[in-house]
Amino acid sequence: MEYEAIIGLEIHAELLTASKIFCGCATTFGAPPNTQVCEVCLGMPGSLPVLNQKAVEFALKMALATDCRINEESVFARKNYFYPDLPKGYQISQYELPLAEHGHLDIRAGGETRRIGITRIHLEEDAGKLIHSEHRPVSFVDFNRTGVPLIEIVSEPDMRTPEEAVEYFKGLRNILLYLGICDGNMEEGSLRCDANISLRPMGQSEFGTKAELKNMNSFRFVKQALEYEIKRQRALLEAGKEIVQETRLWDTAQGQTASMRGKEETHDYRYFPDPDLVPVRIEAAWLEDLKAGLPELPTAKGQRFQEQYGLPAYDAEVLTGDKALADYFEACVKEFPQPKQVSNWIMVELLRELKTQDAGIAACPVTPGALGKLLALVEKGTISGSLAKKVFEEMWATGKDPEAIVKEKGLEQISDAGALEAAAQEILAAHPKEVADYQAGKTKVMGFFVGQLMRKTKGQANPQLANEIFQRLLE
Amino acid sequence: MALTKEEVLHVAQLARLALEPGEVELFTRQLNDILAYVEKLQELDTSGVTPMAHVIPVFNAFREDEVKTGLDRDAALDNAPGREEGSFVVPRII
Amino acid sequence: MTDALYSLSISELAPLLARREVSPVEVTEQLLERIERLDGALHAYLTVDGAGARAQAKEAEARLGQGEATPLTGIPMALKDVLITRGLRTTCASRILENFVPPFDATVCAKLRQAGAVFLGKVNMDEFAMGSSTENSAFGPTHNPWNRECIPGGSSGGSAAAVAADFCIASLGSDTGGSIRQPACHCGVVGLKPTYGRVSRYGLVAYASSLDQIGPLTKEVRDAALLLNCIAGHDHRDSTSLDAAVPDYLEGLGRGIKGLKIGVPREYFGAGLNPEVDAAVQNALKTLEGLGAELVEVSLPHSEYAVAVYYLVAVAEASSNLARYDGVKYGFRGEGRNLLEMYGATRTQGFGAEVRRRIMLGTYALSAGYYDAYYRKGSQVRALIRGDFETAFEKCEAVATPVSPTPAFRLGEKVSDPLTMYLSDIFTISANLAGIPGISVPCGFSASGLPIGLQLMGPPLGEATLLQAAYAFEQATDWHRRKPQL
Repeated sequence: MEYEAIIGLEIHAELLTASKIFCGCATTFGAPPNTQVCEVCLGMPGSLPVLNQKAVEFALKMALATDCRINEESVFARKNYFYPDLPKGYQISQYELPLAEHGHLDIRAGGETRRIGITRIHLEEDAGKLIHSEHRPVSFVDFNRTGVPLIEIVSEPDMRTPEEAVEYFKGLRNILLYLGICDGNMEEGSLRCDANISLRPMGQSEFGTKAELKNMNSFRFVKQALEYEIKRQRALLEAGKEIVQETRLWDTAQGQTASMRGKEETHDYRYFPDPDLVPVRIEAAWLEDLKAGLPELPTAKGQRFQEQYGLPAYDAEVLTGDKALADYFEACVKEFPQPKQVSNWIMVELLRELKTQDAGIAACPVTPGALGKLLALVEKGTISGSLAKKVFEEMWATGKDPEAIVKEKGLEQISDAGALEAAAQEILAAHPKEVADYQAGKTKVMGFFVGQLMRKTKGQANPQLANEIFQRLLE
Repeated sequence: MALTKEEVLHVAQLARLALEPGEVELFTRQLNDILAYVEKLQELDTSGVTPMAHVIPVFNAFREDEVKTGLDRDAALDNAPGREEGSFVVPRII
Repeated sequence: MTDALYSLSISELAPLLARREVSPVEVTEQLLERIERLDGALHAYLTVDGAGARAQAKEAEARLGQGEATPLTGIPMALKDVLITRGLRTTCASRILENFVPPFDATVCAKLRQAGAVFLGKVNMDEFAMGSSTENSAFGPTHNPWNRECIPGGSSGGSAAAVAADFCIASLGSDTGGSIRQPACHCGVVGLKPTYGRVSRYGLVAYASSLDQIGPLTKEVRDAALLLNCIAGHDHRDSTSLDAAVPDYLEGLGRGIKGLKIGVPREYFGAGLNPEVDAAVQNALKTLEGLGAELVEVSLPHSEYAVAVYYLVAVAEASSNLARYDGVKYGFRGEGRNLLEMYGATRTQGFGAEVRRRIMLGTYALSAGYYDAYYRKGSQVRALIRGDFETAFEKCEAVATPVSPTPAFRLGEKVSDPLTMYLSDIFTISANLAGIPGISVPCGFSASGLPIGLQLMGPPLGEATLLQAAYAFEQATDWHRRKPQL
């Protein structure tokens, strides 16, 4: 039996406002426990929430950037449940009338463009942090994070493969960063992803029973968890067993998802409109202002990169897939106006180095300007292309300028024909068999000679010149 | 819509209230009395009536995104039934 | 040293203070002594803050000396223990907050402090404002100063009793279904519930957020106007507070009510109304007519549904508002081997029976499958009730009714039947549901000597008219001058 996976994602993004959503406490990450709290976010008796306008603004920007329909009026609702990290015993969220609905994000997967629907985007407050003691039967609660503004972005169950899910997640994250409303840091928890996944026989229109997956704090884990879950559910269905609707946690160590509770406790959140807050009415003028002020978004930037820099679609996609990378590219092109070369270098050398170092572009110690200078040196012929890679690694390690490194290590390309000719003749003398082969018509041997010359000159020979010299000598 | 004892116990659980055995009966009876009374609302046709929120409608009560001084840690923890080194302490979940 | 300063109203005392004939320290001292001597029998106070009061009185004295006083400077007041006072224990008459000392002030308390008022202490109430008799206090009931075997009303029973017994010059209470007006009525004092949103709820421990309002309980109408001047106004910390100008409620107080159209809703005068109450209120209506008012018959057809709506909407909001009392961050914590047990022990031992009953009812009203039939339905009927008043106010500027169907009943008389207790709120509840202002003024006594009150309700932000009408009535009668024998 062929099954297809039905995947939907619920993404929570912490907004980069200075203060919390309903009070004036700071939102900075990493402060000592309970030092960014007040009577409001602690849920003390008599306290009341007041909505941070900037949180609304940021949420609206995300809604506009994903082509959502903004509801003229939206309402906050209480989601009631008990947990130590939830001081009021309810979370202020949105239920029946969220800020925005019915948007979409286009992704590229499997060589195609697919449109993933966004059901809704709404505002809510974050909860605190609960830390379980290892040795004693107690837990510690830190309320610093309580009240940090979140937007929840709920997708339609439109994704069919783990790859699509990751592309969608990456795409959303990219937009959040482009808008400057979230720092997208999954390790610190400012961007979180839960997935809903079910299987159904191909051709069936009804959805199967879904499982909710949590605790996947990287793209890799999202993919792995979904892959595992597909296997798990398929095995159950093929054995004629039923899928239990439950929450499952991704366990990195075990490489599997595990059920969260022995017996699923169905939550009755008893949603009702929060009587302490008043509805939000979005005026058209405000929306127009926000629309006009939106930065260039990934799709538009990708388009522009193709037109302005003459880059192929693939390059444009890779470069704009990360706003910081796109900015890096443009800064570099300013220094060295050969877009395709810059693009090649970034996509091959730079990204490789980033991967080796397991770092993001923000951690790259080579400034765009410095890279531009390096590429200029190659173009001038000061160093060879192959040596440039070594210089780049050195720049990464030491943070020094390319000129300085080239000088220090004496890596200037040797373009002195006289010097090279002498070395070339030595090589020819040392390899008579190869000379004979070449003269017999095996032109491929040229590569060998040039290679030898490169070795002899520690890579500093100008390869074109080397080629010319050998050709001349062998005539 | 009469409440059964099971439903009363379920509601108590939702509200994190532990009812004593004698209370379950009493509460069931009293709650049913009240619910029977409020049934009279069903007499009224409210189709098309917008639920009331505030008497004089208020919208967009916003505040600026400014950091304000909150409570210092001691003030925040002063009333805590369990505290340890800057954190609130609670019994383990299970 | 002037005798019986404690028996004065704000309006009587303020000029004496301003003229430096009397010192706030004196008044405060007299009141503290009186409370100590006599409150044992009434139990109006939960916390008496002698040290704090004396310190504030001294400061007030200094301000009066510098000529930097307001009409409230040096006036000793009692605050219902539902109001958050920084550094002063605030219990809401509940075990679950028995030792809670707030680190912040309610907006109204901050305003009073700024005006130089003196806080004598916190007075008794029904636990979390849930009740109509102050019998639901976890720390014992308050007794009616007019008859100790009777209830003082609720939930602001402590406030009303303290004002009536001269244990304070004035008080602030809160009103969600009648909790200022009804105890004011039962204790023979003035009680005002402002328009919803007129006074900030920041620092009012929430019971039913869309119904709660803070208001004054005073010895005369002018005092209520004075206090409203101080506490009314927009507060950026309360999203539901109204951004409307605050008039001077003293101005025009003595304007008189010639030509004022006063509606008399037929639904409030029928079977079930105690004949003595009926007689006293009818008399009051005649007095109003004599003062030039024009009585108009009106109808508030959905009145009979008000109690049902209240006991769905209010309890639903309450069930959510009281979820924060979980033993984690403040307040009482019950014993438990794990979190679930701790929650159960905390909330079962910490909350009294009435609170638990209302939480259960409210939780049920919101629960899956019942939201539409209960909470949502209740909110719709609420709109109909407001509609009734809107229609009525097309024909009149205020509506006159009794406050309570009977005079104060005996302690213990209604505790075993919650529903009977709920039905006694029938005349006051609609004002909260509609969000409109209402005032209770003394208008007579029963044969057994228990006070009877007249209620006037007005359109949103119609406090000025209500105060004028109440003032005119009061000045034409003597009811407010009588004091209970303690």
